[in-house]
Parts: sequence; C-alpha cells; structure tokens
Amino acid sequence: MHFVPHTDAEIADMLASMGLSSLDELFDAVPAALRLAGGLDLEPGLAEADVAGRFDDYAAANRPVGRSLVCFAGAGAYDHDIPSVVGRLAYRSEFVTAYTPYQPEVAQGVLQALFEYQTLVCRLFGTDVANASLYDGASATVEAVNLAVAATGRQEVWVSRGLHPHWRQVLATMAVGTGHQLVDVALDDGLTNWPVDGAPGAIVVQSPNHLGCLEDVGAAGELARRLGALLVVATDPVSAGLLKSPGSLGADVVVGEGQPFGASLSLGGPYLGLFACRREHVRRLPGRLVGETVDTEGRRAYVTTLRTREQDIRREKASSNVCTNQTLMAVAFLVHLSWLGTSGLRELALRCARGTRYCREALLAIDGVEPLAGAPVLREFAVRTPVPADVVVARMAEEGFLAGVALGEEYDAGLLVAVTEKRTKAEIDAFAGALEKVVR
Amino acid sequence: MTAAGPGGKATSAPLMGRDPEPTLFELSSPGRVASNFRTTGVPEWAAEELVPAAHLREAPAPIAEISERDLVAHMTRLSHRQFSVDLGAYPLGSCTMKYNPKLCDDAVARAGLADVHPAAPASLTQGWMALLTDLESALCRITGMAAATLQPPAGAAGELTGLLLMRAFHGAAGEDRRRRRVLIPDSAHGTNPASVTLGGYEVTQVPSDDRGCVDLDALAARLDDDVAGIMLTNPNTLGLFEEDIVAIAGAVHGVGGLLYYDGANLNAILGVTRPGDMGFDIVHMNLHKTFAVPHGGGGPGAGPVAVTERLSSYLPGPRPEAAGDGTYAWVEPERSIGRIHSWHGNALALARAWSYILANGGDGLRRVSDAAVLNANWLRHQLRGTYDIPYDRPCMHEFVASATNLKRAGGLRALDVAKRMLEEGFHAPTTYFPLIVEEALMIEPTETESPQTLAALAQALREIAGDTAEEGHAAPRTSPVGRVDEARAARRLVPTWDARSDA
Repeated sequence: MHFVPHTDAEIADMLASMGLSSLDELFDAVPAALRLAGGLDLEPGLAEADVAGRFDDYAAANRPVGRSLVCFAGAGAYDHDIPSVVGRLAYRSEFVTAYTPYQPEVAQGVLQALFEYQTLVCRLFGTDVANASLYDGASATVEAVNLAVAATGRQEVWVSRGLHPHWRQVLATMAVGTGHQLVDVALDDGLTNWPVDGAPGAIVVQSPNHLGCLEDVGAAGELARRLGALLVVATDPVSAGLLKSPGSLGADVVVGEGQPFGASLSLGGPYLGLFACRREHVRRLPGRLVGETVDTEGRRAYVTTLRTREQDIRREKASSNVCTNQTLMAVAFLVHLSWLGTSGLRELALRCARGTRYCREALLAIDGVEPLAGAPVLREFAVRTPVPADVVVARMAEEGFLAGVALGEEYDAGLLVAVTEKRTKAEIDAFAGALEKVVR
Repeated sequence: MTAAGPGGKATSAPLMGRDPEPTLFELSSPGRVASNFRTTGVPEWAAEELVPAAHLREAPAPIAEISERDLVAHMTRLSHRQFSVDLGAYPLGSCTMKYNPKLCDDAVARAGLADVHPAAPASLTQGWMALLTDLESALCRITGMAAATLQPPAGAAGELTGLLLMRAFHGAAGEDRRRRRVLIPDSAHGTNPASVTLGGYEVTQVPSDDRGCVDLDALAARLDDDVAGIMLTNPNTLGLFEEDIVAIAGAVHGVGGLLYYDGANLNAILGVTRPGDMGFDIVHMNLHKTFAVPHGGGGPGAGPVAVTERLSSYLPGPRPEAAGDGTYAWVEPERSIGRIHSWHGNALALARAWSYILANGGDGLRRVSDAAVLNANWLRHQLRGTYDIPYDRPCMHEFVASATNLKRAGGLRALDVAKRMLEEGFHAPTTYFPLIVEEALMIEPTETESPQTLAALAQALREIAGDTAEEGHAAPRTSPVGRVDEARAARRLVPTWDARSDA
C-alpha cells in the first residue's frame, strides 16, 4: 500500500497542464546512466495487517522485561512505571506530527510545553537555564564538554571513570574531531580519585555514578574552581527527589539521561538528553532555547530565542551542529514529572532507594556475593559474584530475571543491579533466591 | 478560595485567544497530588536511613502540585494551540512534512519492542536485531550502498558521523593531517558547515552557477590534495538535480577526496536513482523526513549513515549482524570510529521507518517520489507570474520562489507571506533559505497532499501576493497569538518560569 492520494486521472491532468505526458519526464534532469533500471530491489508493499504481522514476529523474537523477565537492569535505562497520562497527552497527534516551532504563532503548544520543561529541568538540577533537549545522555555530555572547552580555552578534559562507559566512548569518538584531550580518572572504592593539580578545561563527574555511588560533587566543584575548570555533572533526574542538586553543589553544566521520565526502555531510544547550565554560559548553549515574550497585542507568548547561536545562522562558527532534538521526549518528560508532582518525585526516589537497600542486603547475604564498592548508593549498586557476571545474567534469564548489567573488566567484571519503584518485596526475595541458586 | 487564585480552571478560553494558557506553575495548588504508587511490601525506611545527610536535599524539588484532571486539560489546551501535519498541509521546504501513517504508530507499540532493555544480552533481543538488520539492508538497497550504521539519532549527528568516517578513512592512509578541507556549496544546510567544524575540518565554500548548481570551474579551482571531501545535497536545496554529479564525483575522487550525500532531499529520488550510482561514498538519511517518522515538534529523528564497501570497516559499533545460522550478534567493525549514541540509536523511530518501508514496498516508494516531484512542479507552474521563481526549470520535490517582486512593488516580504499563510490555514513555507535566494520561500508540498489541497494552497499564495504591506504586517490575526516579539525574547531573556521576576 502507499499513501499517495492522486488518482491516475488526476495525475494525467496535472501532467497535461504542464505539457508533459508521463511521470518519467519529470526526471529528465537525472542522467540516463544514473537511472535505476528495474526499480528498487525491495519486496512489494504490504497491507497494514501484514505489516502488523511482521512486527508481531519481531516482537515475539525478543524477551521484553515484565512478569516473565523481571527487570533488575539499569545503567542509564530504567524500568519505571509510566502513567497513562503520558501516552494520552504527550502522544497526541498535535505534538507528534508537528515540526520544529519555526512559526511561533501556530506553535505555542510545543513552545509552552518546552518552556515548562526547561523550568522543570532547572528546578531538578539547580541551574538557571536548560535547553529544549539533546539526543541522549551521551550527546548532552559531549556538548557540555564542548561548552566548557570553549569557555575556558583549554582542551584537556578530566573524565571520571564513574561516567557511563558508553558516554565516555561517545566522548572519545567526538574528541577525534574536536581535538579535546580526554584524561581518564580512575575510581577508588567506587568514588573518583581526582588528581590534585593540572590545568583542565572541564572536569566531568557522574553522580550517582556508573556503579550507583554518590560522588562528592561539592569537592569536585571546589577542585574545578581552584584549577580554573568548569565542572560538568552528569546525573539521574530521579535522584533529584532526594539528593542535593548539582547546581547547588557548584556544577557549571548539568547533563543527564531523561529516560526515567516518560520513555520506555525501547532498546535504548528514543531517550532524552538533559542539558542545563549557569546563566553566564547561555550564549554557548547548544541546541534550541525557548523564551517567554509577548505578541503584538501584549499577550504572553513563547518563541525559540538567542537563535544566533545556532547552526543555521552561525554555520561553520556555530558551537554545535544540533538541529533536530528530542522534543517529543521532552514533552513526555514534562507530563510524567508533572503527574508525579513535588511529593511524587520524592516518593519515587524514596521507593527506589528503599528497594535498592532491601535488594542489596538480600544479595550480600548470599555466600560469595560481595560489594564492589563501599560508597553509599541511591538506586543502583554493584556486586562481585562467584561466577562471571555475564554468566549470571544468562542463567538468571532462564530463571525469569534480567539480573542486571554485566560490568566490563574496568569495573572488576561486577554485576550492576538497579531497583525501581516497580519491584515488590516478593520479586526481590525471589530474585535473591534465584541468584543464590545460580552462583552456587 | 477565589476563582482568580491558583489551582487550575478547566476552561477553554485560551483557545479563543482571550487569555494566555496559564503555565503548569500557575495551575499548581499547594498539597494537590496526582501520582500514586503500587503496593510493594518493601520496608518503608525513612530518607535519613537511606541517604547520608551530606547528600540529602533539605527541601523537595518544587515540580508542580496539580490534579490529573487539570494536567490533562492543560496539555489538551496546549495541543489545540499547535499546528501539525495531522491538521493541515505543511509545505515547509527541506523538511518533508508528509503524512505519518498511523499503522506505523501501532506497529511499534508492542511490549515486545518497547519493553526491551538496551543492555540485555543478545540472546534476549534477537527480534530487535533482526528488525535493525532488515532495515539496514533496505536502506542500502535504496541508496546503493554496502553497509549502514543506525546509531545517529538525527541528520546532524549523521553528518558528523560521516565526517568522522572520512577522517578515519584518510587517517588509515596517513593523510589525515594533509587533508584538512571539506567543500560545501553555498546553498547547503547550516548543519553541514557546523558539522565540518566539529569534525575538525575547515569549510571551503563552492559557489553555485547561474543555473543553481555546483559551478564546475569554481569546484576545480578549489580541488587539491588537501581536500578530504565534499558534502552535497542532491537534489540540492533549490530542489534542482545536480546534473553534473558524475563529473563532480570524478573530480573529487580524482584528488583522493570522498563524496558525502546529505539525504535531506532523498524523498525526490526513491527508486529513480541512487546516491551510490552517482558516486557518493557516504550517505546519511533523515528517516523523519523521507520515511515518515513523525517530527514530534522537533524530534526524535533518526539519521542512519550508509557507506560503500571500502568504508564499512570504519562504521560505528556495536552493530547488529546476521551470524549466518539464523541468529544475530553485536559486532564491532575492525577499524570502527567508535560509538555515536548511548545505545543503538533511536530504535523506535528506526522501527517506525521500517514499517513505513514495508507498507510502501519498492513500488510504493517509487510512487512517493513520482507524486512528490509532480506536486512540486505543478505548484511551481501555478505560482509562475505571481512570485519570482529564480531558477524556473523542472524541479524535483521542492522549489524556491521569491517575494522579491512583491517587496519591490508594495513592500510585502517573504516573512509577511509566511504569516499570511498561517491565516489561510496552511503552515508557512521555509523562509529565507537557501541563503543564495533573496526573500526565499522554499516550498515542498510532499506527495501526500491531494491535487485539491494543492489547488487551495496555490490559490492562497496567489491571493496573498495581492495583499498590501499593511495587511501582511498585521498577520497572523487568527492564530492563538499574533506576531511574536522575537527581539524582546532575546533582549530580555526569560528562559524559565522562575526567571520571570528578575527579567
């Protein structure tokens, strides 16, 4: 099937009105030697129901998390309850099928939603300004480092090994183009062991970090100020329910993965890059920014602003190439977080922390299961297991659990376990029971 | 308690332009709660027993205190203050705002896709890996390429990926220091030069000739062995096919450079010709344009990058590959440039695009380009004589008109035409782009608008051309707000609700 409305008669009429007799003549500018003979090497179009059938097959070949695969995996992708309002509101077709708000008079819906989103991100992070979203946590971190290097004029970047390894890999990929020098800073018992001296342009720390441990963000901020660097903090928005904000602890730029609010796991995308900073850096802010203004009659209105930062105007001098972002995911984030509200956000973080403590104690009671780090955690923790973590994950899948994420050698090949508000005591007890069996 | 206080008034007055829609924060009333949580039986330790005092927040982060009913009313009213493809025609040039088939929404709305953890072992994600490799294969057939990465989450991310591939390729030949320039036509999208800078290259601009295409002599003058490659959009941003593409490819390859294809305009050539046949080495596609992934008010998109055989070992990893025994594995290409995305790209957007390709099939995709090019040419004919059309020859899926004649005659500018279009019930064309056309109105009707819609669109544009400058400046008068004061937004920056008092 296709979605072209024209009848053959209409096509003939339109062609005739231009003095043409065939559709092929429309492509006369394409040299004959370049024409694709025989058409595309794809199967013929399918009916809607047949497409659905294909997708049933793909879906059936996966094992999604749920009752038959209870999720204890996190590492930046968390299994939270998503309230019904997210699907019903954020996925209204007016939001789904709009373009970037280039004509503000007919895009107040998206613009106001983004203004409210920016406000919420700033309230979570303790910052002055947030942009209208980036692709994911990794891209937000890349942009934060680019901002810090531009602001300080120094290309050396200290990156804690507590930063998500995939995000560090993306930083390394991009550094080939920008020429930034990334310095890997190791962990000591779960917390970053910063050098005392040097001249970095940026210091990048994640808290809670990849092992779930709470870093001393304040100390990192003091170090950054002493050395003349900017402090970039990557954080989990759920932690804002209980923890002091990175902004209040001295962060210059705060980034994060917004997935916990409004995005399903979906093999890792689309998620949401959260990006916020101090107001003094607003002219280097990557991506779009929505501001409040008025219309010709003085009515409150919203518009994308400080546009002269952006690539379509600054071109090769732009600090970022971001154009399309993740607006719809930002709207979903807004709806989910608004539904939670002030008390609900705290309750959510508290429930994650309670489940995490309960689960951690249950696992550490198993013979041979040891903590990987001693530092305090919030919603995720790492353990050493007597059999390799990837084997544990494989065996636990047979028992009906996604046991966690097997950490690489740089984290002593531990198992990273996350517990969200969805996990019941009965599930955690069963999880611990199954783990005891598979590590024996 | 008064009606004027906070707390949310469920009234549709903002839709009538009488009042602004209050913000979420004005709708909040202290103590009101919408959220609720499942019963877990987990011990209810206090926060102080879970988090060291040094880390514990003193007061909760203020979010909102709103009922579910008021949240629903608020977001619904906001949605009514928003234009969208589902509402009406959106002839926004370069953006390919086609209809987004609903079957694609439903195809991806399966727990078997949405509830799959990205770090789950490959044995649990075989369905996703099959889907992604099937999509990759189709995209390679459509573009005439050998392999593709699906990681880039948007077109600009695809561009940067392509430039890093270029860098790695030249680096393997020991030429990465010498090859420092990337050529870009003066009609290019702004993301091209911005991506070039981030890729560590210098931009050399290539002027267009009087036919709107790459000036071959100017190109030759800029080609040397310090050129890493060229980025081209074909058809270009004027909607014109670069007829000399084979000569361009020969010249660039002749100095050892690579050709990068910006897929923004791929909707014009599906099944007609392929970038690979034209000589391109690297191709990015905007699945949110050509393959009907909805734009979501600005994203998420997906910007896969396909390459020829000689570049495939540099692709980002990990990438899904068929193992040959009916299973799939994550593979790291031998000389990979590394990871581009936190996980595997915007997977659900990729899946949507695949459902669209399956529904259309090879025959349907050709029909897409036929109708897209037919619609653009028909509309161009309809506007002849009313608007300047600087490059008035057969176009592909879009064309660029200009309001220069109107500006000269009565002061009506492209901006005014755009705002008047909003009053007529259509989204505006892209304005002031490409930069090489004054008072540009870039029009891309797409294939999904009917001849009747096109006729109405043409009539609206012709009527607008007869307006006085005063009428134009007053528009739009029928939208939820009138013309927005953009200068004030920048001068008196209010980026959050909390910044209002000190602005």
